Amino acid sequence: MLEEVGTTTEGDLVINVGPQHPATHGVLHLVITLNGETIKKVEPHLGFIHRSIEKMCESLTYRQFIYVTSRMDYLSSHINNHACALCVEKGLQVEIPPRAQVIRVLMDELTRIASHELWWGAMAMDLGAFTPFFHAFREREGINDIMEETCGARLTMNYMVPGGVMQDLHPNFQKKVKEFLQLYKRKIHEYDELVTGNIIFQNRMKGIGYLSPEDAVSYGCSGPTARGSGVSSDIRKLYPYEIYDKLEFDEVLENGGDSFARYMIRIREMQQSVRIIEQLIDNIPEGDFQAKTKAVLKLPKGEFYTRVETARGELGVYIVSEGGTTPYRIKFRSPGFSNLSVLDHIARGSKLGDLVAMMGTLDLVIPDIDR
Amino acid sequence: MQNEELKAKITELLSAATFEEGGEWLNINVEPADWLPLAQQLRNDTSLYFDYLFCLTCIDWKTHLTMVYHLSSTKHRHNIVIKSKLDRNKPEIQTVSQVWKTAEFHEREVYEMFGVNFLNHPDLRLLILPDGWEGKNPLRKDFEDPINMIKL
Repeated sequence: MLEEVGTTTEGDLVINVGPQHPATHGVLHLVITLNGETIKKVEPHLGFIHRSIEKMCESLTYRQFIYVTSRMDYLSSHINNHACALCVEKGLQVEIPPRAQVIRVLMDELTRIASHELWWGAMAMDLGAFTPFFHAFREREGINDIMEETCGARLTMNYMVPGGVMQDLHPNFQKKVKEFLQLYKRKIHEYDELVTGNIIFQNRMKGIGYLSPEDAVSYGCSGPTARGSGVSSDIRKLYPYEIYDKLEFDEVLENGGDSFARYMIRIREMQQSVRIIEQLIDNIPEGDFQAKTKAVLKLPKGEFYTRVETARGELGVYIVSEGGTTPYRIKFRSPGFSNLSVLDHIARGSKLGDLVAMMGTLDLVIPDIDR
Repeated sequence: MQNEELKAKITELLSAATFEEGGEWLNINVEPADWLPLAQQLRNDTSLYFDYLFCLTCIDWKTHLTMVYHLSSTKHRHNIVIKSKLDRNKPEIQTVSQVWKTAEFHEREVYEMFGVNFLNHPDLRLLILPDGWEGKNPLRKDFEDPINMIKL
């Protein structure tokens, strides 16, 4: 791929960003054609962390394959597990106990906050502000500690299993979450003071990387990327799963379509997640945390598709079953893959320096794209 | 629209289409040659308006390949699944990347993983796999790689 670097016949400069580049947050390789400072074309080269999870899952049982999926979007690992568990439950037609449903939603929303925290810190760092990274990690650490107590892991949790969750909540869970919320609400205004209201930051974000609503849909964008263009796409609202239809929260929409709109979506989404957690934390029903399922799971012959909302957008799990103990074919429709495909479209005509801001607000997680 | 209405409407557009029900969404089987004209109608018809292609993939059934397109409408909120059987030895289908832009990336993935040739695709190259993998299709059922493949 290196021989692509140089000058094209029209006199344009071709440069590489990545695979090892701090702003790509992983191993993403972009070949960029430049006319002076203006971007003419961005061509992503993927696969540096491709593990062929879909092929791997074909030889794993329905209990085993969920563990691999934590390694796709490692910042939303709970939500990945959740999607797979839901898909298997759809095939088995298992009703899961109310306690498990509430625990799942609580974990999902805590994950969403943690993921957006990391995005916020890392994106500000890409733009040259180092301090926000530490602020974000200070709060994120609290969530990781809560996860560690209950799930035993801090990043790849593997906590949700077909039928419910793997084990009951740690006795300290409620207390810790309430402490976290109290601290978090005291700190959240710092984000706006440090970054959102900063005039230098706003000048770098506003009007950059415009994405129209029609293009957002056509490119298959979902999550905050689509909602920044005013496209209603929150699966939790449109196709509710678990108990999301009984909860009070708003689907955050912005009409700007630029990097700043996508930024504001995530900032406001964190507050909505706090709202959800507050509604549930004192109302965790008593009872089983897991439904009774057979030791060896067999899905009936057929096709099952579930959609969930991860921190990055719509994750689809498509299982084709032949009636055996392993899936015949499994497809993960990852949000990052479609969101990345729009990068070339929004970057054309912008300056090279703005590319980092655009990539930051697409919130790309490379293992999620490569799978 | 409900499944019954969708069925009637799509039969009107393409009388050769066959339907499968019972799953979550209405499944429609079409011939590869009929797919592109139908796709354009599905996208542009105001009462259907399937503007969101949320999943595009392929399944290897050992005797044939099946392309699977999951479509949704952001206006009407209805979903359908389109399926098209391809010859396993010479899989070819028209690209829909002009209709839904997201198909361009997804079709490149299917091209390298299953070897499906998308006719008139603007840029049909390897996307995820490194150079030199042309012709070897990892997600096909008969793919073997004794060195790199971990079997459990």
